[in-house]
Amino acid sequence: MNLRLNWVGLKTLVRKEVIRVLRIWVQTIVPPAITMTLYFIIFGNLIGRRIGDMGGFDYMQYIAPGLIMMSVITNSYGNVVSSFFGAKFGRHVEEMLVSPMSNATIIIGHVAGGVIRGLLVGAMVTMIALAFTRLEIANPAITFSMVLLSSIVFALAGFINAVFARKFDDISIIPTFVLTPLTYLGGVFYSISLLPEFWQKVSLANPILYMVNAFRFGILGTSDISIAKAYAIVAVFVIALFSASMILMNRGVGIRE
Amino acid sequence: MYALTIRQLTKTYPNGVQALKGIDFEVEAGDFYALLGPNGAGKTTAIGIICSLVNKTSGTVKIFDIDIDKNIEAAKANLGLVPQEINLNLFDSVLNIVMNQAGYYGIGRKLALQRAEKYLRELRLWDRRDEPARNLSGGMKRRLMIARALIHEPRLLILDEPTAGVDIEIRRSMWEFLRQINASGTTIILTTHYLEEAESLCRHVAIIDDGTIIENARMSTVLRKLQREVVVLSLQSPLEKVPSIDGYETHLADDSELEVAISRGQNLNDLFVALGAAGICVVSMRNKSNRLEELFMGLVESKGSGSVAQNGSAAP
Repeated sequence: MNLRLNWVGLKTLVRKEVIRVLRIWVQTIVPPAITMTLYFIIFGNLIGRRIGDMGGFDYMQYIAPGLIMMSVITNSYGNVVSSFFGAKFGRHVEEMLVSPMSNATIIIGHVAGGVIRGLLVGAMVTMIALAFTRLEIANPAITFSMVLLSSIVFALAGFINAVFARKFDDISIIPTFVLTPLTYLGGVFYSISLLPEFWQKVSLANPILYMVNAFRFGILGTSDISIAKAYAIVAVFVIALFSASMILMNRGVGIRE
Repeated sequence: MYALTIRQLTKTYPNGVQALKGIDFEVEAGDFYALLGPNGAGKTTAIGIICSLVNKTSGTVKIFDIDIDKNIEAAKANLGLVPQEINLNLFDSVLNIVMNQAGYYGIGRKLALQRAEKYLRELRLWDRRDEPARNLSGGMKRRLMIARALIHEPRLLILDEPTAGVDIEIRRSMWEFLRQINASGTTIILTTHYLEEAESLCRHVAIIDDGTIIENARMSTVLRKLQREVVVLSLQSPLEKVPSIDGYETHLADDSELEVAISRGQNLNDLFVALGAAGICVVSMRNKSNRLEELFMGLVESKGSGSVAQNGSAAP
């Protein structure tokens, strides 16, 4: 592999993705800001006051890490799936496929774009959260590593969705029917200790629960699950999804006739 | 040295359609090569495989002696493609499109900008560099695809119907540009439906039909295979009836235009002597139809009747 060529190619892809996110900021940055502000007002402020404390924190503080993570996950996923599927649909994915860039570079470049958008939106949601509540980061290393790894996981998942997608409907099926339910049931708004034992066990099969809780542990210092287990699960997902992406690209699934 | 070597290349699509049935051909470095064939003949599939946009079923493809199965990245670095369909990011600016393509080939931004200016100026797009590609006309989009394909200065440039839908003036200027690119050492493979284009630009031609190569030779050799040509003569004075000229089949298109069929073995000198003897004065002359087109139709038809077609029978 020509490392210099691939390094320049990677920088080009990341730059292109960042320009895309900023060019369509009304679609990429503004909607999560509005949605999250509403979440903080309705769930955190209006309803949260009646709920009282959760896990030793006021409800607004408790849901803030979950809402930040939710924004990061959905935006990392959404960026890659729409960018790569858009390139497929407009056939300009061929610009990359005919070039000598490696498949790994193409995947990493798109994932990096998704991560940058996810973190950008995450930072913005954090600012909004700070307008409603006080947040102090208890464990910065855990906070940043978990948000980064989770973003990578969902950017990779978005890439795989885009590879398989044949029409625009196909890129909204997974976010609507899989991602949103898993996020809502992933402990963003509640501690799983509130659930009956059976549903607690079911919840443990949801990978987003581990990400949200590890991230919450990083900020608030409290979690429903083991942090080591959360890292192990996220690491397995990163490796598995990257490997799957490479296999799909090498075989040309969805992109080569 | 060959810019492209193809051996026993086959492609069968999942629906069972056999688009390529074991084609062989090679293109010499520096050549201007035409790949012709009717719609669905397999041209675009072959190009797709060469450029790794289509997975082959079997066979080998070498680009400047680099086997795409062994070192695809090195092989692709030598290749530039102008596809048949517009495949630009229509929301991106003209300059960004070529700059990004340069980046995908590992070219730093400073050099990329110099080359982008050079090629966009040569293709008359520099003034539109900041506009999104969707604002360009069809001809401009095709020129932009050429600039994009040249930004890494490939040794082998493949153009799949680059002038489709382009007006005559732009087409002629694109021909001139492609001649210059070829003269500077770039090997060019061209597919086109304008056979006049292939005849005017290319030195070698391969004709592909139904997934097999039915002709592959120098353009001049191929054109010599024409059995019969019809020339249209504009006459100085109108004629009332078809003149009888010994050995030639004649027909009056109108009273001032005489069509004469010239078979192989006959020549124009004898024809003009005979016309002069008959008191007919010719002021101008043209071919009734494109010569390559006539040959092309003859080859495809004769293949259909089973009388031609040795795969790659006449190697260049």
